[in-house]
Amino acid sequence: MVPLSYYLLLSGILFACGVAGFLIKRNIITIFMSIELMLNGVNLSFVAFAAHWQALSGQVFVFFVMVVAAAEAAVGLAIIIAVQRTRETLNVDQVNLLKL
Amino acid sequence: MTPNLHLWWIPLLPLIGAAINGLFGKKFSRQAVVGVALTFCGAAFAYSAYIASRFSSLAIPYSETLAHWMRAGSFQVDFAFYLDQLSLVMLLVVTGVGFLIHIYSVGYMWDEGGFYRFFSYLNLFMFFMLMLVLGSNYLVMFIGWEGVGLASYLLIGFFFLRPSASSAGKKAFIVNRIGDFGFLIALFLMLKHFGSLDFSRVFQGVGPMPVEAGAAGLLTSIALLLMVGAAGKSAQIPLYVWLPDAMEGPTPVSALIHAATMVTAGVYMVSRSHVIFERAPMALTVVAVIGTLTALFAATIGITQTDIKKVLAYSTISQLGYMFLACGVAAFSAAIFHLMTHAFFKGLLFLAAGSVIHAVGGEQDMRKMGGLRQKIPWTFWTMTAGTLAIAGIPPLAGFFSKDEILWRAYQASWIYWLIGLITAFLTSFYMFRLWFVTFTGEYRGGHSHAHDTDTRAAASIPQGGHGHGGVHESPMVMVVPLVILALLSFVGGWIGIVESMGGGDHFDKFLGPVFRASAPEVNAAHTVPEAAPPEQPSEGPEPHTSPTTELIFTAISVIAAFLGLGLAFLLYHLQPDLPHRIADSLNGLYTTVLNKYYVDEIYAAVFVKPLIAFSTNVLWHGVDQNVIDATLNNSADGAKHVSDSVRHMQSGNIRSYAGWVTAGAAAVIFYMVWLGVRVK
Repeated sequence: MVPLSYYLLLSGILFACGVAGFLIKRNIITIFMSIELMLNGVNLSFVAFAAHWQALSGQVFVFFVMVVAAAEAAVGLAIIIAVQRTRETLNVDQVNLLKL
Repeated sequence: MTPNLHLWWIPLLPLIGAAINGLFGKKFSRQAVVGVALTFCGAAFAYSAYIASRFSSLAIPYSETLAHWMRAGSFQVDFAFYLDQLSLVMLLVVTGVGFLIHIYSVGYMWDEGGFYRFFSYLNLFMFFMLMLVLGSNYLVMFIGWEGVGLASYLLIGFFFLRPSASSAGKKAFIVNRIGDFGFLIALFLMLKHFGSLDFSRVFQGVGPMPVEAGAAGLLTSIALLLMVGAAGKSAQIPLYVWLPDAMEGPTPVSALIHAATMVTAGVYMVSRSHVIFERAPMALTVVAVIGTLTALFAATIGITQTDIKKVLAYSTISQLGYMFLACGVAAFSAAIFHLMTHAFFKGLLFLAAGSVIHAVGGEQDMRKMGGLRQKIPWTFWTMTAGTLAIAGIPPLAGFFSKDEILWRAYQASWIYWLIGLITAFLTSFYMFRLWFVTFTGEYRGGHSHAHDTDTRAAASIPQGGHGHGGVHESPMVMVVPLVILALLSFVGGWIGIVESMGGGDHFDKFLGPVFRASAPEVNAAHTVPEAAPPEQPSEGPEPHTSPTTELIFTAISVIAAFLGLGLAFLLYHLQPDLPHRIADSLNGLYTTVLNKYYVDEIYAAVFVKPLIAFSTNVLWHGVDQNVIDATLNNSADGAKHVSDSVRHMQSGNIRSYAGWVTAGAAAVIFYMVWLGVRVK
């Protein structure tokens, strides 16, 4: 049995990687992936707790998060395609005018 | 029950006049301005005269309440008016002399700029002065008190383009504030201990209190503080310095405000508060000493002045000193008597001096006058009446009032009497000096001067376009008030002739109810009857003096007056070069007196300069700049520096925002972890 703390540590590392990627990277798609990474880091802690406490609510929560993440991915990718089409770049530093 | 007299109309009428002239006068013609000013001032006088005519049928003291002013708990002040014999005398003097001076001003100010402004201020002054004398409580009196100070300031600085005039106005205002401070503290003390500022309520509260013979107590404090106020308003030592400078104002103003009415407000106030003063012998002594010293001090300065108005100004201070001497020996009715006669003859003297100044084209230096007797006969004869009256030559007004004061002073202490007598001699001397120098001998002004006046008037802002070429008599509108006042100066004293001289002493009897009302209560209530105030103002009990003694003293003061006349005749008519030689032989003393004992310089060195230095270095550079301004500037600078450093957070770069969010979140997490660790 893997102890709970290992999961939590991994979850924290994933989340920190996501944050770091979000802050450092300039490519929108990479940033988008970093956000997904953060979400999944959190998901991992949810399921770890669910397993630890033998409670289903944590896992149910993860489903919700995945649904939202999927929806977000759909919308986000659509935006990214739109940005790429008009600006011909995916560098966030050049997409800072809050308009297309 | 006395019908409602509507006393409030009396002060209100001049206020309406002041408002009309002040607001709309600029568009009026001169005739219209005069019409408005004289109508309302004359109406106030007529109404006062009407009340005086009905006076004997009234229930006195009469009081009426116009409106509530302020109420806070048990403390209540009303706009209330009060009429008794004392107020009636003041009322008639103020409106009567005031009205005459209004008429005179028409002629005197006709060619001046700001004609409407002058009459507006003059009416405003009348309003405040009437509030002062008619108020039924100390606070209404205080409104008038401050208001006449304001009107005085405005009128002294009437020729405000002349720096000396505006600074004289400021000086008068500031010196008066010192006195008003004392007055105000006295009011607070009364409020604290008697719970009211109404004359009747305060005096009721004072009534049962014992005479503070041994130690100074509450009443002595109140009385002394009131005296501080009176000394400021009435130009007594040590606060007299503003009055000579106040001569910068137009001459009718000097006559009305700085001789006849406003400066006597202090005497009125002390007399009104006689109930308090009578129970504070120590304060009375202070009043008497201040009055005596001021009388002598100012008279000596008056001898050396060469400006005709300055002589009269010092004379006014000196005569006010007489009035305070009378108050100080509890001879209040004598003080008010002298106040009244002084209003007549000093008003007359100032107006006549104004007429002289008018005649010689704005010149005020007596040394450049002389020989004016034939040229301006009306002015000459009226001025003669005034001079005789102030010098105390019988049977003119000043003689009776001054004599009564000297007699009463003698009953208190022979020192008062002696100094008063010396002052009477000096008064006679400097007044006849003025008279001889101005009216006899040769005209020393020169003709070029009279021709120069137009250019001079155009070049500066002097006391006006008085020069119309050559010495000339004043117009009728100025002469008539002079004549009326001269008649009053002549006969005005007859109502107060004392019994020893075969008179009825009517004035003292008339004022009797005011000043004697409180006396029986004193004796009944307090435990040491012997410690009664020195010399209650009652004409009856003067057991150890006979009318003969009184007549001898009268003779002495008349002799003193004639000695002054004779000396002035000798020095300034027979041997005009003698004064210079005397002055040379008394060089140091003469220079000291000529420079008014350097009092202004001493005040400048002791009070003004240190105050300015303190204000500049400590209050301005220290507190204001280094504390108040510095606090403000440094907090502004600090905010700017902090903002400068943190504005880099607001870069507009999304990722840096995200970084800050992350950093904030990290900080919160660390804090929570730290909390968790600590709990364990």
